Amino acid sequence: MSALALDGVVKRFGDLCAVDGLTLEVPSGTCLGLLGPNGAGKSTTMRMITGQVLADAGRITVLGLRVPEQSKQARAQMGVVPQQDNLDGELSVRQNLEVFATLYRIPAGQRAAAVEGVLRVVGLLDRQHTRAETLSGGMKRRLLIARGLVHSPALVLLDEPTVGLDPQVRAELWVLIDELRTKGVTVLMSTHYIEEAQRLADDVAMMSHGRLVAQGSPRQLMRTHAGERAWEYYGPEHRLREVAQAAARAGVPSRSTGPSVSVLRAEQAPPSLRADLGEPGHERDTTLEDVFVLLTGESVE
Amino acid sequence: MSLRAAPPPSIDVRWIEPSAIAAIWTREVTLFSRYWRSTSFAALVEPLVYLLAFGFGFGSLVGAIADTPYVQFLGTGIVASAVLFTSVFAGMYTTFIRRTFQKTYDALLAAPIDVHEIVLGEALWIATKAAVYGCAPLLAAMVFGLPPSWGMLLVPAIGLLTGLGFALFGILASASVPSIDSFNYVTSAVVTPLFLVSGTFFPLDNAPEWAQRLAYLNPLYHCVELVRDAVFVTLSPVDLVHAAVLAFFATLMGWLAVRTMRLRLIG
Repeated sequence: MSALALDGVVKRFGDLCAVDGLTLEVPSGTCLGLLGPNGAGKSTTMRMITGQVLADAGRITVLGLRVPEQSKQARAQMGVVPQQDNLDGELSVRQNLEVFATLYRIPAGQRAAAVEGVLRVVGLLDRQHTRAETLSGGMKRRLLIARGLVHSPALVLLDEPTVGLDPQVRAELWVLIDELRTKGVTVLMSTHYIEEAQRLADDVAMMSHGRLVAQGSPRQLMRTHAGERAWEYYGPEHRLREVAQAAARAGVPSRSTGPSVSVLRAEQAPPSLRADLGEPGHERDTTLEDVFVLLTGESVE
Repeated sequence: MSLRAAPPPSIDVRWIEPSAIAAIWTREVTLFSRYWRSTSFAALVEPLVYLLAFGFGFGSLVGAIADTPYVQFLGTGIVASAVLFTSVFAGMYTTFIRRTFQKTYDALLAAPIDVHEIVLGEALWIATKAAVYGCAPLLAAMVFGLPPSWGMLLVPAIGLLTGLGFALFGILASASVPSIDSFNYVTSAVVTPLFLVSGTFFPLDNAPEWAQRLAYLNPLYHCVELVRDAVFVTLSPVDLVHAAVLAFFATLMGWLAVRTMRLRLIG
């Protein structure tokens, strides 16, 4: 059974089509990474799922409930971690969670235990009386995650959960998100970090200009679109152009990455291509980034 | 706490969910517990200053209005202006800041709460404060000789109803203006005239007929009349009309505030 399903969803803002016929399904207990650069339509998609943006066309079903018609019931069972810090800065860490524990209808007698439990999970128990506005960026993000988890939701939406954080904090949050996934919570996570999607998501949906360009497991996507191995060539512009042209002649895809060109599906390349290219390039495994750039022509971090 | 997904609970959703209003109030009470001293100081001292400045200043010239000493006439009138200012500015500025800068409503709307519950929760809290602070001028006027009466017990209820209407008007304004500076237009063009032409400082009986007719459209006028009739125990069937106007004003403002705020918050 799918926890979340979008079918032909469209959202326009004036002339801009932010989401263009998006069809997605997230099976229960899995993590879907919504990958795309800024402006791809990820946040709009997230906000349509919570009913904060109304779709112009299409159908959205969350935990078996129609959105926006039954959005309130759906929101009671999902947790949302926004990209933007919208904590109550003047309230303490604990008070922030108490407000949301009330909103999520946790019975008064169980509220304290729920708040303390989630504070322990995100490692903020010793900061529970600290004002939210005085927390570091990483701690604020932990508190946002705690706020989204305080009612033990069946579905969690994480909108760019680690954007703007330093690598160490990012790695800590990855552990937390990974734990959610392994415990059977359904997770929809938007990100523009390739590594984040590759590491945490069971399936990845790639978005570009509001459209879904590919969906599948990271391994499947890489195999289907980029093959197993890539040769990476560095050099002056004319040399990179020659490499790309030779790859095209040999019928294998290539993609440009700033100062280099990567020849994809290297394992399927005819031996003549190696001869054409001269000295061998740096050989590596293909990545989701290869797939994304190949399919969209855009880059992500 | 377990991170494992709990089985989806059976959700009974009401149009007004008590837990939604309770959450708004939990937040407000927590914040208020931090700022109550400064807020209360202003709310108590301002009417005292008005009474001293106008009551004894003008009062020495005017003497009495319809056998009521001017300081008592003014003290009962200032209840309405205390309610107006406590509610309308909180409705305007607080909700604008929360919507635009703090994104508080964005956070709330990701949880099971709808725009009309946010608007109602905020307005009820503001109106409750207005009802309490609206009693401060009466207390001050009692110090200056206003005799206590049973009708004074009705004043918090009148303040609550009036405060609700003006809090909702403030929320409507906050959802309508493009920037926080635009509140200057609302204050100058709407709030100040309402305040001055409400019968707080002078009776409207001797004003030109067109001005009296305009005053009937001013909800604050009806609050002033209702408060005076309650405090001086001169209640009559006309006061039902005053109460009905205030109730209509609150209902209309509530409808418009929810509608406008929804346009702002839901894309």
